[in-house]
Amino acid sequence: MWIYEKKLQYPVRIQNPNPKLAKVIISQLGGPDGELAASMRYMHQRYAMKQGKLKGTLTDIATEELAHLEVIAAILHQLTRNLTPEEITASGFDTYFVDHTAGIYPQAASGTPFTAAYFQSKGDPITDLTEDLAADGAIM
Amino acid sequence: MNERRDLLCTIQQYDFALYDLQLYLNTHPTCASAMRQYKKYKALKQAAVEQYVRLYGPLTAEQSDTENQWNWTKNPWPWEKEAN
Repeated sequence: MWIYEKKLQYPVRIQNPNPKLAKVIISQLGGPDGELAASMRYMHQRYAMKQGKLKGTLTDIATEELAHLEVIAAILHQLTRNLTPEEITASGFDTYFVDHTAGIYPQAASGTPFTAAYFQSKGDPITDLTEDLAADGAIM
Repeated sequence: MNERRDLLCTIQQYDFALYDLQLYLNTHPTCASAMRQYKKYKALKQAAVEQYVRLYGPLTAEQSDTENQWNWTKNPWPWEKEAN
């Protein structure tokens, strides 16, 4: 089970909203190498691990990726505060706004909704950990 | 408000250290110096959290006020600019 702590892992204090930037950053939330994919990959692969240190470490990392998910969502939320209709249209944010207004929806920058097809879980520790290397390497 | 932000930032820094040490200790469970550092930051964090909860409200639901008024759901929430 999990317990929520009412704080971000890292502070987010954005002075100037910028919907154009939000359109790109959203990929880090729900894109192929985003935080949701990262968390879900560790969260579901942990059951295949044989050693306690791996079960524990994958659990810890899956949990931390959820904290990252919240940091990215906070960035998106603050980047899209108090937008005028003109700002929404001029920034190109209108293609997102038409479906979600300023709600936070896990999708890639291309508009593709988050899908579990972004990750694998094969029931074999070495296979899964190799998949993790590819996934985390892709965003470094 | 800035004092609250500073104290929160201190807690976030202790958490960062604790989490890094946690991952290290997962694979180095007998490392005495890592355990010593973990104990040190755990105590520092506990003291900072106690102070934060007393002055600004709960960080977990269990720390909510159960004498006067349940304050767990009080604004702001972490994703809001005012909370940071």
